[in-house]
Amino acid sequence: MNKADEGYGEWEELVAAALLGTDRRRGGGPAGSAEALLDAAAVHAVRRRAGLRPAGAGTRPEPAPRDPRPAPPKAAGHRLAQLLAGRSGAVNGGGRRGTAPDLTELLPQWLAAAARYGYRSPSALVPALLDAARARTDLRPQALALAGTRGLWLARMNPDWRFALRGGAGGAGELPDVTDRAGVERLWQEGLFAERVALLGAVRAHEAAAAPRLLMTTWATERAEDRLMFLDSLRAGLSDGDEPFLEAALGDRSRNVRATAAELLSALPSSALAGRMAERALACVGPEGVTPPAECDGGMLRDGVVKRPPAGRGERAWWLGQLVEAAPLSCWRERFGGLGPAEIVALPVASGDGWTEELHAAWCRAAVRQRDAPWSRALLGPASAPPAAGPGTASLAERAKLLETLPDAERAQWVAEFIAAHGLSEAFQLLGVCVVPWAGALGRAVVDALDTARDAGSYPWSFSGVMGLAERCLDPAEAGRLEALTTAAEDLPDAVPGAAAYWAEAFQRLVATLRLRAAMLAELTPA
Amino acid sequence: MTDQGDRWTAEQVLDLAPDDASRKAGGRLGGAGPWLQIGGSASGSVWGLCKGSGSNPYRTVVDLTGPAYKCSCPSRKFPCKHALGLLLLWSAEGVGEPGEAPEWAAQWLADRAAKAARPVAGRGAPVDEEAARKRAERRAARIGAGVTELEQRLADLLRGGLAGQEQAGYAGWEETAARMVDAQAPGLAARVRELGTIPSCGPGWPARMLEEAALLHLLDRGWLGVAGLPEELAATVRSRVGLPASGEGEAVRDRWLVLAQYDTVSPDGRLTTRRIWLRGLAGGRPALVLDFGPPGRPPGLAMPVGLVLEAEMRFRPGSAGLRADLGERFAAAVPCAEVPAGVSTEAALEAYGTALREDPWLESWPVVLGPVVPIPGELGWQLADAEGDSALPVPLTGGGSRSRGGLWQLAALSGGAPVTVFGECGHRGFTPLTAWHPDSAEPVALG
Repeated sequence: MNKADEGYGEWEELVAAALLGTDRRRGGGPAGSAEALLDAAAVHAVRRRAGLRPAGAGTRPEPAPRDPRPAPPKAAGHRLAQLLAGRSGAVNGGGRRGTAPDLTELLPQWLAAAARYGYRSPSALVPALLDAARARTDLRPQALALAGTRGLWLARMNPDWRFALRGGAGGAGELPDVTDRAGVERLWQEGLFAERVALLGAVRAHEAAAAPRLLMTTWATERAEDRLMFLDSLRAGLSDGDEPFLEAALGDRSRNVRATAAELLSALPSSALAGRMAERALACVGPEGVTPPAECDGGMLRDGVVKRPPAGRGERAWWLGQLVEAAPLSCWRERFGGLGPAEIVALPVASGDGWTEELHAAWCRAAVRQRDAPWSRALLGPASAPPAAGPGTASLAERAKLLETLPDAERAQWVAEFIAAHGLSEAFQLLGVCVVPWAGALGRAVVDALDTARDAGSYPWSFSGVMGLAERCLDPAEAGRLEALTTAAEDLPDAVPGAAAYWAEAFQRLVATLRLRAAMLAELTPA
Repeated sequence: MTDQGDRWTAEQVLDLAPDDASRKAGGRLGGAGPWLQIGGSASGSVWGLCKGSGSNPYRTVVDLTGPAYKCSCPSRKFPCKHALGLLLLWSAEGVGEPGEAPEWAAQWLADRAAKAARPVAGRGAPVDEEAARKRAERRAARIGAGVTELEQRLADLLRGGLAGQEQAGYAGWEETAARMVDAQAPGLAARVRELGTIPSCGPGWPARMLEEAALLHLLDRGWLGVAGLPEELAATVRSRVGLPASGEGEAVRDRWLVLAQYDTVSPDGRLTTRRIWLRGLAGGRPALVLDFGPPGRPPGLAMPVGLVLEAEMRFRPGSAGLRADLGERFAAAVPCAEVPAGVSTEAALEAYGTALREDPWLESWPVVLGPVVPIPGELGWQLADAEGDSALPVPLTGGGSRSRGGLWQLAALSGGAPVTVFGECGHRGFTPLTAWHPDSAEPVALG
C-alpha cells in the first residue's frame, strides 16, 4: 500500500513533466528524455492497473420495503417484458397493419388482469414499468400499483420517476398517514401542488368530510387555478356533507370556480342550489309548455348560470338549458302530474317547436350529471329506433355518456341492438363505453356486422377503428367461432379491389389477438 | 414434458433477434394462432408451418444445437420472425412429445448433421508456404515502419508537452491513425484514434493521455523486440497490433455458460461488434467470442444469456487466453440451473491484475462479482461487497460504460439487497452486464 502511494507521487511528477514537455526541462525532470519518460510512464501505468485496490463503499441505500404480493407466474412475467419492450414501438398510423396483433394495446389489459390477481411486478421490470407510466398517463395508476413499494423505492432515487411519488398510487409514497394530523398539516402547508392534490385525495378517501375542512384552512390564499383543481377533486365521493363548502365557493372571485361549485352542487339533488334551480326550471317548463327565463338575474348568476351565450345561440334558450341541466330530475314527476321519465320525454312540447330540442338536450346533460339511469333510459329510447328519431339526442357522444349511467349488462344489450339495427359505422363511441370483455350478445352483434360489411363489399378500412376495438374487447372465447371468417374470398365484382384480402387479413389479426389475449390471461392464472 | 430437454426462456429466444422489429414481429407469432404441424425431435430441433398472408404456409425449422434456422419465407433477416415466433411458442408451451420431422424439415436437419460430422481439420487446398511467408514478411516490414513512425510521433508529443493538445485538435491524430492503417496495423490505428479523443474528455485528461501514450509506446517497443519475447507475450503483441492470430490455439471442451452478450457499434456506424462472454462450468475458464456485422446487419452469431452449450472452444494464442472461437457443439443448449459463484471486489481486481501480466494492454477482465449491493449515486454508481466496506466504481462514461437503463434494472433487482453480478472489471471500474436475483437462477441481461 505504502509503496503504491510513493509510486503515485512519482506519477504526478511524470504527468507534470509530460504536460510541460521534456524539451523545456532539459537536465532536470524525473525521467530525462521523451523516450525515458514514456518508458517510466508505461511501467507506472501497468503497475497502477495491476495494483488497483477497491474504493471505500458509499452509503448503501435503505433496503426496499418488502412487497408481500406474489410475483406473477414466470410465463406471465416474460409476457410483461415483451409488452413493455413493444411499448416504444412506432404505431404505423393508417397503414396496413398485417395479420399480427398490436402488443402495445394489450399492456393495459395485462396490467388490469395482474391487478385482479394481486401480483407485484417482477423486480427487474420495475424500471420499464416506471418508464411506461411516465410516457402514458392512462397507464400510470395501474403501472404504479404493480410496481408497488419497489417502484416507489426506486423513484426516490431517480428524478425521472419523481412523478411516481406524487401519484399517491400504492399509498406507500411520501404521503403521511392520513391520521397523522401534524404530518398532514405540514405537507398541506409546504408540499408541492401535486403532492397536495394527492394528499387531499388520500384524506378524502379516508374521511370525506375531512377534505373540505383541510381545504378551508388555506382556501383564501390559494391561486385561482389551484382552487379550481382542488374543488374538482371533491367530485370523487361527493356528498351532502360538502354542500356548505361548495355553497360558500359560489361566492368565489373566479368565475370558473363558481361554475364548478355550482355544477357539483347541482349533482346533489337535495342541495339548496338544486332546490333553487328546480324552482327556476319548474317556472319555465311544464305540461302547458315552455317559457324560457326573461332575464338572468343576480341569483342565477350567483348559482353559476353563465350569462353570455356562445356565438349563434339565443340567450334565453341558453339560460333555460342551464336551469334545466342543474335542476334535479326528480322535480319533474310532480310537475307533469306523476308521469315517469319515459312518458315525460315522449310528451309533445306545447307552445311551438324550437324548445323541444333545447329541453331534451338539457335533460340529457342532467341525467349524465346526476347519473340517473331511468332518465338516461328514457332519453336513449329503444336502440333499434333511427338515431335521428330518438327522444333525447342524436349525438353519439351524448348517447355514449347516457349509456354510461346504465348497468353493464343493459348497456351491452342496448349497444348490441343498436348495431344489429344500424350497423357499425356509428357504433364506435358507443362501443367504447361498454365493459371489457364484451358480453356475448354484444360480441356477436359486432362480428355479425363486420361480416355483413364484408359481404356488402364495403371499404374495409372504414372499419379499422371498430376492428381495433374488437381486438382488444371481444371475449377471447370467440376466437374459435371467428376462424371461419379468416379465409380470403375472391373480391366481389363491385367491391374495392383487394378488399377481400384486407378483410381476411383483418380477421386473421383479430383471431390472432384474441388467441394472444387468451394465452396472456391463462399465463396469469396462478399455478 | 420430455421434449427437447429444458426449454429456453422468452428472453433467451428474443436475444437471438437481429433487431427490434424482428423481436416485435416474432413476439406476435409466439402464440398457437398462426401455427400448424408444430413438432420437435429428441435430438434438439423444432419445426412448424406458419400461416402468412399468402396461400402457402411458411416452413420453419430450428436446430437448437446451433442454433441454426431455416425458413421458406423471403425475409433476409436471420433468424426471421417465423423462427423467433416458433421458438417463443416452444419456450412458452413446448411442442409436444418428440417425434419424427416431416420430410421438408428432415432433409435440412440431416444435411446439418452430416456437415457437423465432417472433420474440421484439413480444410482448403494446401497453401503455398513460401508465398505465405513472403507475404507475412512484407507485412511485418510495413508494420515495423509504421511503428517506428509512431514512436517518433509519441516522442515529439512528449518533447513538446501535452499542454498544447487541448488546442491541437483531433486532426493530427486522425492523420497518424490513417498512416497506421496504411501500415496494416489496425490495432495501432484504433489506439491512436482513441488517444486523439482524450484531450476533450474533461478533467484529468493529461494523466490519462500520458497513460495511453505510454501503453502505446510499450506496444511499439514490444513489436520492435517481438523476436525476444516469450511466445505467449509475442502473440499478444501481434494481436494487439492488429495481426490475425497465427496458428491454432488450445481446444477446450467444457459445458460453457453464456454470461453475457452485447453489441457495440463503431463510431462511424459501419461495424457492429458482438461480444459474447462464456465460462467453462467444469474448468472455470473464461472465453470471449467476437462476431462482427457489416452496416445495417447484425452479427450472425447469437448465444442467449443463461444457456449452457456443451462445445469445444478453440482459444487463440495470446491476449491472456480470452479470445476464442466456437468449435464443435455436442448437444442442444440448455438453461443453467444455478447462479454462478461470485467473488469479492478485492478478488475481482486481483484477477484483473493477474491477467495484466500476460496482456498489459487488457482493459478489463470478466468477473462474476457477488454478493454485492448496487449503490446508485448522482455522481457515480458503485457495487459494494455485502460485507465490509470495499466497493468498485461503475464507469458511466467513456470506454466500457453501458446505458444507465441497465443500472436501474440492477438497482430494481437488488432493492438494496445483495445480488450476484457478471461484468467486466478493469482499471476504469466494473461494468455490470448480467445479474441474478437472490431467489432465482434465471439471469437478467442488463439492457
